[in-house]
Amino acid sequence: MVEKTVQEINQKIRDGSVHVVTAEEMTEIVETLGPKGAAKEVDVVTTGTFGAMCSSGAILNFGHADPPIKMQKVWLNDVEAYAGLAAVDAYIGATQLSESRGMEYGGGHVIEDLVAGKSVELRAIAYGTDCYPRRNIETSLTLSDVNQAVMINPRNAYQRYNVATNSSDRILHTYMGPLLPNLGNAIYSGSGALSPLFNDPTYATIGIGTRIFLCGAHGYIIGEGTQHDPTHNLGTLMVQGNLKEMSTDFVRGASLYKYGTTLYVGLSIPIPILNENIAKRTGIKDADISTNVLDYSVPRRSRPTLARVTYEELKSGGIVIGKKEIRTSSLSSLHKAREVAETLRERIKKGEFYLSEPVGKISTKTVFKPMRQTGGLPLVKDVMTDGIGTIKPDVSIEEAAKRIIKGGFNHLPVVSDDGRLVGIVTAWDISKAVAMKKRGKVEQIMTRKVIVVSPSDPIDIAARKLEQYNISALPVVDAKRKVIGIITSEDLSKLLAGGT
Amino acid sequence: MKMLLHFNPQIIKKPLIAEVVLETGVLVNINKATIDTAGGKLIINVPDKDAKKVIKSFKSRGVDVVTLEKPIIMIDEECVHCGACISVCPTNVFKYEADGSVSVDYKECIQCGACITACPHNALKLSE
Repeated sequence: MVEKTVQEINQKIRDGSVHVVTAEEMTEIVETLGPKGAAKEVDVVTTGTFGAMCSSGAILNFGHADPPIKMQKVWLNDVEAYAGLAAVDAYIGATQLSESRGMEYGGGHVIEDLVAGKSVELRAIAYGTDCYPRRNIETSLTLSDVNQAVMINPRNAYQRYNVATNSSDRILHTYMGPLLPNLGNAIYSGSGALSPLFNDPTYATIGIGTRIFLCGAHGYIIGEGTQHDPTHNLGTLMVQGNLKEMSTDFVRGASLYKYGTTLYVGLSIPIPILNENIAKRTGIKDADISTNVLDYSVPRRSRPTLARVTYEELKSGGIVIGKKEIRTSSLSSLHKAREVAETLRERIKKGEFYLSEPVGKISTKTVFKPMRQTGGLPLVKDVMTDGIGTIKPDVSIEEAAKRIIKGGFNHLPVVSDDGRLVGIVTAWDISKAVAMKKRGKVEQIMTRKVIVVSPSDPIDIAARKLEQYNISALPVVDAKRKVIGIITSEDLSKLLAGGT
Repeated sequence: MKMLLHFNPQIIKKPLIAEVVLETGVLVNINKATIDTAGGKLIINVPDKDAKKVIKSFKSRGVDVVTLEKPIIMIDEECVHCGACISVCPTNVFKYEADGSVSVDYKECIQCGACITACPHNALKLSE
């Protein structure tokens, strides 16, 4: 049985005899030598990830102005930073957008610009007090001008991530990037076998106080990350590191089209190989790591899972769902993740980075809860009109016109004999048919591709669909596509006006 | 070979593509066409061996021709090799190499622009 301590490994780093490999190299070593042999051979495994980590940001202390100001609101390059702490401290978050440039520039870019040594425009306002009389200030500063600049990221290093795809008939612009219609592509994130938390999924060596590589700096784990969900292999970490020691090789602002901005963070955790159990777990392969493919066309908290795939399949460039082969690509960078793991490996070899022993445990039991929502959300079924008239596709256009006039509504769902929705005709369709002197059956003029909602959908979903497709009503259908009502833009405006 | 054609508004009404095809006998593939008050802009693709005579034929009709060696430009300093461009490209211009980096197959690009919006790092632009 191999047993090593962190102190022994640090001694090896000091005397230059340490054996460090990346997590990808370790997979092969464990396969060849077995866990016992690997534990004897290897002292440290460096992991790596480089991807969009929206829950990131930095605390900056600007120093005091003269006369002094207690900043109430502060902007850096027109991106607002949170100033609700003391006088000249502010937290710049990665996803905050520029007030003048919108989605093309945000907090993530401000952080990158600071790390790059660029000058940043600061603007702040205040209400003025006896001790802080100043009411506004404008200045420009660089990273070397501020006192502390500490990156503090509430949620980094997601163990794995869900794969995003889209079964709807239109393109979706998401935080995972553009999802093409009809399962046109699938986008994943995470480095698989290089993933820091998959190399130590029991948190045997990773804990509070573990020294890590963060964007080029030597940072620390300060606790479990927000939304930490270890029992589903969706662990996360809260980390910190000195912005002044970072490099733009490992930290980049980014914008996701029609979504917003974020920060690409490069992070590596060294795993000390203290025994063969730890060695065994660092032997993990892409094929051992599964994740869910979710349909992002369902705009709800729980999106349907279409398949379960491994990182090996994802990295191969294509996955199969049903009979369809879907092209995959990554939002995070494997190339950069490798660079991160290799950079830390070299720093340890050269004696520039020593391992630390954690001072506290990361929970393996935390549960990730959904939001408690009071003030009930109105659902489509609460607002829709039920008991509405429908029509069969083989009825004449004239008859449809009569029914629309009699019923006093503009939309007539067209249903098959068993009550399933097959189309819709509107007063407009009928007027057009009359104007063009078209005679015949409803099925000749009906719209076949009908946008629908479910009775249990929140009305926000109905409102978004009405707006997105520029239509004025949505048939409400059950799981068997039977029409049970209709919801119109009038229903929704009445609700807003407090009419119902 | 891909080329970018600029038509000035004076010649925009003429069936120039058809004339060039008839004259040269080369099958011209149109990748993209836009027309507005400033004139027309077309991206076409022709076999490399026929490029010379097609260019000559267009030029004789007053069309400005620019050959596109690199229809899409990857800005190395910005690219982090994530691969967000890969699965949105309809003609498979981008792919991962064994080291995880993203490579570009320039000759397949039809300048649709899908990768430009997909790139989180502003690392791609169309050449003009």
